[in-house]
Amino acid sequence: MSDHAAHEDHAHHHHHGKPDFWTHYVFSQDHKMISKQFLITAIIMGFIGMALSMLFRLQLGWPGESFGILETVLGKWAEGGVLDPNMYLALVTIHGTIIVFMVLTGGLTGTFANLLIPLQVGARDMASGFMNMLSYWFFLASSVIMVGSLFIETGPASAGWTIYPPLSALPEAIPGSGLGMTLWLVSIALFIVSSLLGGINYIVTIINLRTKGMSMDRMPLTMWAIFITAILGLLSFPVLLSAALLLIFDRSFGTSFYLSDIFIGGQALEHTGGSPILYEHLFWFLGHPEVYIILLPALGITSEVISTMSRKPIFGYKAMVLSMLAIAFLSFIVWGHHMFVTGMNPFLGSVFTFTTLLVAIPSAVKVFNYLTTLWKGNIVYSPAMMFAIGMVSTFITGGLTGIILGDSALDINVHDTYFVVAHFHIVMGASAIFGMFAGVYHWFPKMYGKMMNKKMGYAHFWLTVVSVYGVFFPMHFIGLSGVPRRYYSNEAFPLFDALQDINVSISLFAFLGGIAQVIFFVNFFYSIFRGTKATKNPWHSNALEWTTEVNPGHGNWEGPIPTVYRWAYDYSKPGANEDFIPQTVPLKEGEEEVH
Amino acid sequence: MINLLIAIVIVLAILVLAKVARVFELSTELKGENPAEVTEADNKTQSTLFMVMGLAYLVFVVYSFVAWGKHLLPPAASEHGAEIDNLMGISFGIIIPMFFITHLVLIFFAYSYYHRKSRTATFFAHSNKLEMIWTVVPTIVLTTLIIYGLTVWHDVTGPEPDDAMEVELYAKQFDWTARYSGSDNVLGKSGYRLITSENPLGISIEDGASADDKIVRGELHLPVGKPVVFKFHSRDVLHSAYMPHFRLQMNCVPGMTTQFHMVPKTTTKEMRQITGNDEFDYLLLCNKICGGAHYNMQMNIIVESEEDYAAWLADKKTFAESMGAAPVVEVAEAVQTEVLEEGAEEVSVEDGAVVETEETAPAGH
Ligand code: HEM
Ligand SMILES: [Cu+2]
Ligand SMILES: [Cu+2]
Repeated sequence: MSDHAAHEDHAHHHHHGKPDFWTHYVFSQDHKMISKQFLITAIIMGFIGMALSMLFRLQLGWPGESFGILETVLGKWAEGGVLDPNMYLALVTIHGTIIVFMVLTGGLTGTFANLLIPLQVGARDMASGFMNMLSYWFFLASSVIMVGSLFIETGPASAGWTIYPPLSALPEAIPGSGLGMTLWLVSIALFIVSSLLGGINYIVTIINLRTKGMSMDRMPLTMWAIFITAILGLLSFPVLLSAALLLIFDRSFGTSFYLSDIFIGGQALEHTGGSPILYEHLFWFLGHPEVYIILLPALGITSEVISTMSRKPIFGYKAMVLSMLAIAFLSFIVWGHHMFVTGMNPFLGSVFTFTTLLVAIPSAVKVFNYLTTLWKGNIVYSPAMMFAIGMVSTFITGGLTGIILGDSALDINVHDTYFVVAHFHIVMGASAIFGMFAGVYHWFPKMYGKMMNKKMGYAHFWLTVVSVYGVFFPMHFIGLSGVPRRYYSNEAFPLFDALQDINVSISLFAFLGGIAQVIFFVNFFYSIFRGTKATKNPWHSNALEWTTEVNPGHGNWEGPIPTVYRWAYDYSKPGANEDFIPQTVPLKEGEEEVH
Repeated sequence: MINLLIAIVIVLAILVLAKVARVFELSTELKGENPAEVTEADNKTQSTLFMVMGLAYLVFVVYSFVAWGKHLLPPAASEHGAEIDNLMGISFGIIIPMFFITHLVLIFFAYSYYHRKSRTATFFAHSNKLEMIWTVVPTIVLTTLIIYGLTVWHDVTGPEPDDAMEVELYAKQFDWTARYSGSDNVLGKSGYRLITSENPLGISIEDGASADDKIVRGELHLPVGKPVVFKFHSRDVLHSAYMPHFRLQMNCVPGMTTQFHMVPKTTTKEMRQITGNDEFDYLLLCNKICGGAHYNMQMNIIVESEEDYAAWLADKKTFAESMGAAPVVEVAEAVQTEVLEEGAEEVSVEDGAVVETEETAPAGH
């Protein structure tokens, strides 16, 4: 067991005296505590988001059948145990919003940017601890409002997570576009503020607070990923904010940015001259970078875990950084691929097809580099490594279908079908959540000074990966059969009857996936309190965070911040005594630096 | 009651799981092992599992093609659709092998290189040659796909033939209405401010071109082999006209006319034979979330010989007939006054209210 454990209490709070409960756990400005706040909030939100999906999977698996549980949970929205069609749309909407924004954006980046940036670049804390704390509180407020909107009289927002107007603008069109949509917009506005406050902090800290010797090209790939993510967020989230503001104006102040020529509820509306297509452009100008905001941190975590646990340097460090930069750049000029059939000029469609398919090149480079990193490695299968390898698989599977969707001519027939649902759940949902799990298992010792149970970790991984593919792979076929997404039921179309069996098995796999997450939940909270004590560097990693004490206090290092002499990936370097050389070890005489 | 029981069972299950975990940990600790430390035995087991489960995944993928491939859409029933099917085939021809190759490599590596004390990993940090290969090869493949894809896209979205028959598809919550342009092949102007319960599409009575338009609900009939250009409208929220069998989809946007043209090449009868399903009908579905009954906003499409089509259409009333002589005047006046009362001046009739079906078609030009 760790000989450092004894120092633990002494190390704690070394720098800042003795804070009380409130400043330590609640209004903490310590990046490590904020990271835990983000993580636990995200886990709770993840459970809520997943639970919502199970409710609508009941309806999709067995349409029209009565389930007591639905009535218990949803009350008037499932009278007689049968889900109401409007509530179905509401559940899909809030599920998507929670998972995309609260779990995979706020949760994933918030947790690992906060935990890792100061520890991996060698800083005592974030550039602004106060802004960082605000970032969490805005995030929490946003999450609370989003969940709260589930309980209002007219129901939560129901226009899909993309909330296209006019549906989202007119309460006459769907009840969820009343107060529910207002709350959605308020929640997202707060969320954007949170992510901007966080993002500025991340960028500034990485640029300015790197320790001596930590040049950009010696940073672990997690840092690069988070750095690029933060830039993407900073450039794109304000556009979503303006899109949301204009929608608020249209809804409440009679403007016509998105509305024109509408006859609804028996009367012609006054709005003229606007266009819902404008909203789509603004939304996807954020929306596409957003999917990479979600993915890149997961790619960064995976890179770090795969290299460490293969006991090999990451293959093609420079290519990995360049491909992330290329993906980030391209992600700003491909948004139109979500709009091929909106009636936009076909020439514009061609341009977006061109830029979109280019994204596959840096993506392919990343995959091949991962594979080469595994090649002739000496792989230690920690639970984190399991998820990292799983992530490579989901990234391949989902990325390949992007090549179909990105081709405008092909997208005509699969746009908005289950094929898209399969694509993005696998490439984004699964990959990002796998990256997040890999991160949690890998850095849990740094967060809590304890280890997570590996057997439960293995069980969690295998059940999760089986259910992910069991749920989402068949959806490709449903989509290619012409079934639209966001349908409450396919019973209105006898042609789709043959597919109902698949929907049943998808629902069963979804429930299996839910059970698998309970294992994680138990393992996580159990290990916080009763897990085995961690050692200082349990994975024999080179990165800087493992040079701190097991439970680093506010300020991270007890003495001076260590100096860095090499990149983070000197694993199994010939001539070394051990299979890793921490970044703090100076180069030996005549030793060549690689990166 | 049942729900309460379920809740109790779930809570108990979680507690039991936690207890089991605890017992497990204690027993491993007793044996002198650390329940968190990854042992050599774990590495071997997990790497074997990667092999087994990985191959199972690939088998599952093959199985799904066999088992569900038969549910996929039949061959395209439109001329441009055949081109799209071709492109789809080629794209799948590229991505499926890529899927299998990369997964086999991943599985093989995960299986072979598990940790053993006796081994050391090979220090291999980069290789310009390898990285060059896997930048250049995908680039070539994708360039080919892009060029081919854009050629198809160009053909599909190009201008419609001059003799294309004009049909309007009008979307509202939650149904479709079709309007045939009649013998002049020109759709009369329409506008949302002209909508009344007798005139649900808001067609302008003053426009001479509207007199012979025919409004049809329930079924859309099309003559086989004749080009048709659809003009899409929505009066309330976004909808999307999706005809999967024709590989056709276009959004219906309030305030804007969109369009898509095609040549149906397989009659409903022929398609019933091809699919072996006597009840088969082509579908028009709504494919943009549009409200509570989005899932049931549909219309059947019948493709038939020109004679059958003509006979079917001959039965239908023209717009002028359906409005009748007397109401026409009344409605027209009502509309006039309504518009004037808006205080929006006459301009608004031209600017906002009346959709120029002829000129505001952004797609396809
Ligand atoms: C090879 C690279 C990729 C290409 C070419 C690609 C292409 C596309 C295209 C064209 C669409 C629009 C489909 C439609 O709505 O008809 C789409 C949807 C989507 N993609 Fe990808 N994609 C790729 C990778 C990714 C990655 C890496 C992510 C996220 C991490 C992602 C996330 C999404 C999401 C979330 C949607 C659906 C959004 C919605 O409609 O709700 N894609 N993708
Ligand atoms: Cu996109
Ligand atoms: Cu609709």
